[in-house]
Amino acid sequence: MADGQAARQSVVSSIEGEMLQIRRGGRMLLDLPSISLGRAACTAIVGPNGAGKSLLIRTLCGLMAADSGRVLWAGSAPDAARRHQVGLLLQRPVLLRRSALQNVVYALRLTGMTAQESKSLAIGALQDAGLETIMEVPAQRLSGGEQQRVALARALALKPDMLFLDEATANVDPASTLVIEQQLSVAMQSGLRLVMVSHDVGQVRRLAQEVVLMHNGRIVEQSPCEVFFNQTNNPVSRRWLAGELLV
Amino acid sequence: MQSFSDALFEALRLIIAFDGDLQEIILLSLKVSLCAVLSGAIIGFPLGAWLAVTHSRLRPVLVTLTSAMMGLPPVVVGLVVYLLLSNAGVLGPLQLLYTPAAMIIAQSILVTPILTALTRETISVLHDQYDDQLTLLGVSGRRRLQTLLWEGRHGLLTAVLAGFGRAIAEVGAVLIVGGNINHVTRVMTTTIALETSKGNLALALGLGIVLVMLSLLVNAAVLGLGSYMRRQGVSAHG
Repeated sequence: MADGQAARQSVVSSIEGEMLQIRRGGRMLLDLPSISLGRAACTAIVGPNGAGKSLLIRTLCGLMAADSGRVLWAGSAPDAARRHQVGLLLQRPVLLRRSALQNVVYALRLTGMTAQESKSLAIGALQDAGLETIMEVPAQRLSGGEQQRVALARALALKPDMLFLDEATANVDPASTLVIEQQLSVAMQSGLRLVMVSHDVGQVRRLAQEVVLMHNGRIVEQSPCEVFFNQTNNPVSRRWLAGELLV
Repeated sequence: MQSFSDALFEALRLIIAFDGDLQEIILLSLKVSLCAVLSGAIIGFPLGAWLAVTHSRLRPVLVTLTSAMMGLPPVVVGLVVYLLLSNAGVLGPLQLLYTPAAMIIAQSILVTPILTALTRETISVLHDQYDDQLTLLGVSGRRRLQTLLWEGRHGLLTAVLAGFGRAIAEVGAVLIVGGNINHVTRVMTTTIALETSKGNLALALGLGIVLVMLSLLVNAAVLGLGSYMRRQGVSAHG
């Protein structure tokens, strides 16, 4: 996996959103004049529940359409040909009812690989993830942490340029979280761009170089980590960092 | 008229001896019902899966129609198929009336709505669960349906067993389109009806016992499957 990623050319090096708006029941859930992601290796999107974080990344990675505005993947509209270049790891991993290995093989076969190629790459991906002992175990029998690691191995096996994480370690034990973070760090060194929604400030500090704070569907601040955590002058950011509830 | 105990004794003797007539009737029953379920599955699986995932405006109409057709009265289905296959009917030139093929057609019409509705229910649950992930993986169209059907294989097997249960126990439709002709279209249910009316309770009872045993086997298979799936951590709906 690492070899492939080191050698690859990035197809979706950045993702932008312009004039994105989503309304539901007369309430504005997302209202962003502009956002650009991909400059930093890892951008963390933080903020209180209901701030619009998940809505934003679901829109940016093409899972849902905004009511208005547009999403650009490296300057052009998302298309099926680049579908595998943008991944998303959900909070609750969704695995098919087959073995861990077959879950990864299934995803790789979608890229047009032969059964042999995909099996060989899938085995490599699971070995990289330290999951070689549970390859043949039905995915439904795995623990939550193992399932998320299989989901990550599947996502990384597709060699995405951008990977979104929607609180991917929120339901995962600390040991699995550590393994996942280590794997993400290795992937980032190989060129992967990461955008993660997280409530875990410690994780943001460990992984991110850039922070986007959201509140009420808007971006309050987008700054390098260093600035956000130590030098921000934004009053809302300061309140959030102080642990106050933003309403 | 035989007494019940005589009839029961004779029935058991026929079953144990695996009487030739009994054997022929049982095998034809199984052949007709299995073919009907196979036809129903070939139509019902993809149709049910499509109904589960489509946003077509026809969906509510088709869903209501398939659900309503689950309760189709067999004699009405038999009558309609009879009219279609009779010499004056649209399919008359095929000369299928009073053949096992006619019985398969009638039972397929009864079983297909069951398989379609149960497939739609199974796949709907799975689709809710997998929709985002399959979209992220770029899986759409026919491939999405194939994936969902494979993921729902356990639930679909339950649907097949339910369809088989309906087909094997059905009497009205096969009686009308098959005619209950000896050594040609005589199946368990039609024979039971005929032999009872003739007073030959032994054969009727023997077939009744086999039919009940088959029905029990089907139900045991459904229960066993459910238990197996629970052990495997897979829900009964796929």
